[in-house]
Amino acid sequence: MSHSDDATPGHAPTAGAYITGYLLALVLTLIPFGAVYYDAFSPGVMLLVIAATAILQLGVHLRLFLHLDMSQEQRWNTISVLFSVFTIFVMVGGTLWLFYSLYSRHMMVGY
Amino acid sequence: MASSPSHDLNRVRAAARADSEVNFGFWAYLMSDVVLFSMLFLAYVNLSQRYAGGPTPGDIFSLHGVFLETMALLASSLTFGLAMVSLHQGKKNHIIGWLLATFLLGGFFLWHEVSEFVHIIHEGASFDRSGFLSAYFGLVGTHGAHVFFGMIWLLTMVAQVALRGLTPAIGSRLARLSLFWHFLDLVWICVFSTVYLPGLIQGGSA
Repeated sequence: MSHSDDATPGHAPTAGAYITGYLLALVLTLIPFGAVYYDAFSPGVMLLVIAATAILQLGVHLRLFLHLDMSQEQRWNTISVLFSVFTIFVMVGGTLWLFYSLYSRHMMVGY
Repeated sequence: MASSPSHDLNRVRAAARADSEVNFGFWAYLMSDVVLFSMLFLAYVNLSQRYAGGPTPGDIFSLHGVFLETMALLASSLTFGLAMVSLHQGKKNHIIGWLLATFLLGGFFLWHEVSEFVHIIHEGASFDRSGFLSAYFGLVGTHGAHVFFGMIWLLTMVAQVALRGLTPAIGSRLARLSLFWHFLDLVWICVFSTVYLPGLIQGGSA
């Protein structure tokens, strides 16, 4: 992790990488907005398109804007991301499960 | 100041690396913020259809407005990236220019968001109207507050670069602000994909 004064050229941010990331993110934003604007698909397909483009765009941002990868220097950042994803999975998944179970037991109507 | 200018620039570059040890603590903070936002998203998903007879997403969301906000925030990620490129090239005035561009785009985003808030509250869709609106204002408002503090931080960094020039400490601070700003754009992707677009699907019950 320690490179002291050495500014390794391979890690220097380049305008090209940011512009590539911007254009990819732009396309992945225009697709779901366009789909909703033109009412292009059935609601179920629309949700899939929105979710898929969002996940792809998160990947583009993490890789090209936040420079996240599995290299030695980035390993701990990446591991902390994976740990957060796990934490979120447990909390979000657990809560949704709990609420769904509660809902089906009580048959709550329009609270 | 005995060392050569290129040596100084290398020290600034090294300090600005997002993967340096000092920045890991800030990264850990961002991850805790991710968990906080995930809980707000969860609250929204759970409450998103609790209208209590009040307005629905289709009544208060504007696809046009959300699109403009999204474009502004995405462009601000690019301008901040170009500020970091200028930092590595040691171009002080370019850094200030790109940071100010980022500030203006963030300001446009926030101004647009707040005026939409004011507009829908004026129409009776306040945060105390229904569970849906409480969760909506809680989630989107928390993101907006992050953008607001990011803008204060941006102005602070513009002043530091202008007054003190490029030092390793300032390079290091800019690297953390860069992480923060890109992170805000990441959260916004989740906001428009979870809140606005599903709410605006015509005839959709999402």
